[in-house]
Amino acid sequence: MKILAFAEQRSSQFKKTAFEVVKAAKTIGDQLNAEVIALVVGDKVQSIAPQLGGYGAAKVITVENEKLEKYSTTAYSKVIAETAKKEGAEILLLPASAMGKDAAPRVAIKLEAGLVSDCTALTVENGTIKAARPVFAGKGFAELIVATKIKMFTLRPNVFSAGKSDGSSAPVESFSVDISDVDMGSYVKDVKHTGGRKDVAEADIIVAGGRGLKSAENFAMIEELADLLDGAIGASRAVVDAGWRSIDEQVGQTGKTVAPSLYIAVGISGAVQHLAGMSSSKYIVAINKDKEAPIFSVADYGIVGDAFEVVPALTAEIKKLMGK
Amino acid sequence: MKIVVFVNHVPDTETKVKIGADGVSIEPTGVNYMLSPYDEFAVEEALKTKQKFGGEVAAVSLGGDANKETLRKALAMGCDKAVLLKDASVRDSFGVAKGLADFAKEYGADIIFAGKQSIDYDSAQVGGLVGELLGIPSVSVVVKLDIADGVATAEREIEGGHVIVHVKLPAVIIAQKGLNEPRYPSLKGIMDAKRKPIEEKIPAPVEPRVITTAMYLPPAKSAGKIVGTDAAAAVELVRLLHEEAKVI
Ligand SMILES: Cc1cc2nc3c(=O)[nH]c(=O)nc-3n(C[C@H](O)[C@H](O)[C@H](O)COP(=O)(O)OP(=O)(O)OC[C@H]3O[C@@H](n4cnc5c(N)ncnc54)[C@H](O)[C@@H]3O)c2cc1C
Ligand SMILES: Nc1ncnc2c1ncn2[C@@H]1O[C@H](COP(=O)(O)O)[C@@H](O)[C@H]1O
Repeated sequence: MKILAFAEQRSSQFKKTAFEVVKAAKTIGDQLNAEVIALVVGDKVQSIAPQLGGYGAAKVITVENEKLEKYSTTAYSKVIAETAKKEGAEILLLPASAMGKDAAPRVAIKLEAGLVSDCTALTVENGTIKAARPVFAGKGFAELIVATKIKMFTLRPNVFSAGKSDGSSAPVESFSVDISDVDMGSYVKDVKHTGGRKDVAEADIIVAGGRGLKSAENFAMIEELADLLDGAIGASRAVVDAGWRSIDEQVGQTGKTVAPSLYIAVGISGAVQHLAGMSSSKYIVAINKDKEAPIFSVADYGIVGDAFEVVPALTAEIKKLMGK
Repeated sequence: MKIVVFVNHVPDTETKVKIGADGVSIEPTGVNYMLSPYDEFAVEEALKTKQKFGGEVAAVSLGGDANKETLRKALAMGCDKAVLLKDASVRDSFGVAKGLADFAKEYGADIIFAGKQSIDYDSAQVGGLVGELLGIPSVSVVVKLDIADGVATAEREIEGGHVIVHVKLPAVIIAQKGLNEPRYPSLKGIMDAKRKPIEEKIPAPVEPRVITTAMYLPPAKSAGKIVGTDAAAAVELVRLLHEEAKVI
């Protein structure tokens, strides 16, 4: 049996999810006696491909074409489906990133595969893959199996550990897919964020602020702390609706789903819709002056206190730790 | 222009989840249902599209009789027509998408609007599935849309930025928060909605591709540690993050 792991890259650099997806494929592959084949799609990706061997890929397939430099729904889904067919892969893993979530349903139809999205765990029981995923905004979990011959899963970023590379490199094979018949959609521009801060959906550390910060200006202390930790800024819907922060930073049910190693919630009450987006974070710190705030029920560490005193003290202490 | 919008009927976000007796769904008693929030953005965009180009907006929902409540809401917001694809059984995303795609094809949709995800199972699949089933483009997490000369220019969210995509219509536009401000139904809209008929159709049966084998509550997280009650606690917090959690 073969497992196809889609290794996402942008600008010839792997996303962290690429390693997570390959490693997760290896983990279930070992139990199913299946071989892991990683797929890298883009333009000029040959040189980055071999390193996926270090995470468990027995082979890497690259599909290169200058038209594939930027993601296109129709082209990428065709490439993924054709590669899966050529290899006879029966299991496909993709990241539940913007790209993976967009492509997976289309690939699933092409392969007549059942698809489980946004999985937080994959286990193998008597040869069957069981996927677990949060439902009802994380208030419940569902366990699912796929009934079709080809089975697809997207994996929530930051939840599956990639671990460290064992240093081995995998053989690379290139495969060409005809995309001349595909409507590429044309990409006018990439709107990048200024300031170079990480995107909240990808950051390993997030410092998030809520209405307790009282004004847009007061986010300066959140920005300082986030920059110090090389992290991203998150926001509750209340502050996005108030126009203090951009919607790209909103975490929660109607915003982004995040799972960083560390999530620091400052002046956020912890409404269910906010928790839906961040409760699978590895460590949660809450800073709130109300000891009854629901955010404390999910926090690993809490400080009941005034953000305007606690945050500067925390920043100073971290600077000390870093020797700054 | 023939405009279709998919609307789903879901438990409201404040619902306390209890696992049902079957062990694979939630206990429905005491749960309030509503139009899924992302579908409100989809309905609003459908109505704006009609305002610009004329035509008709058909709201369609697949589910049991209870979904009529959500269809009424869509009518109250201003949709012209409501269609219930009646199937009280729980379908997987593929089963839902197949029913909706069959309808859109038969209706002859020029553009289809869907929400990013249903806030019950949060699958975020149906829009893309329908696009592929119909062989037309789909654009997900759309935060801005312009239509001119049969081409939709959509801005979609990706990590760290936005990209702009042009697609030829017909296409599926999958709405994300930020696309617009959904209107509130007017009193007249609500009154009119009560009188408008809801058309019923029986969707063709489909074999499920994904099966839910269990549903359970998240493992209770033991309440965390309150490190302190003032700024002085920052010292201990940093120590814990560095030495115990090892995250900084
Ligand atoms: C359909 C729907 C979808 C939603 N989606 C989202 C979503 O995606 N994301 C989201 O975040 N919300 C979402 N919400 C909104 C959510 O219900 C809450 O209203 C929102 O999260 C509250 O934001 P907040 O915690 O910043 O504000 P509040 O609830 O007002 O909390 C502010 C907190 O700050 C504390 N505080 C005040 N002063 C200080 C101080 N000086 N120092 C320390 N703490 C202080 C207070 O004790 C309080 O706990 C949604 C709601 C609905 C109905
Ligand atoms: N039963 C349904 N009836 C009508 N539309 C639906 C249904 N299920 C999902 N949709 C549409 O598909 C979108 C994505 O849903 P999902 O893939 O279930 O997360 C929703 O926002 C709706 O627009």
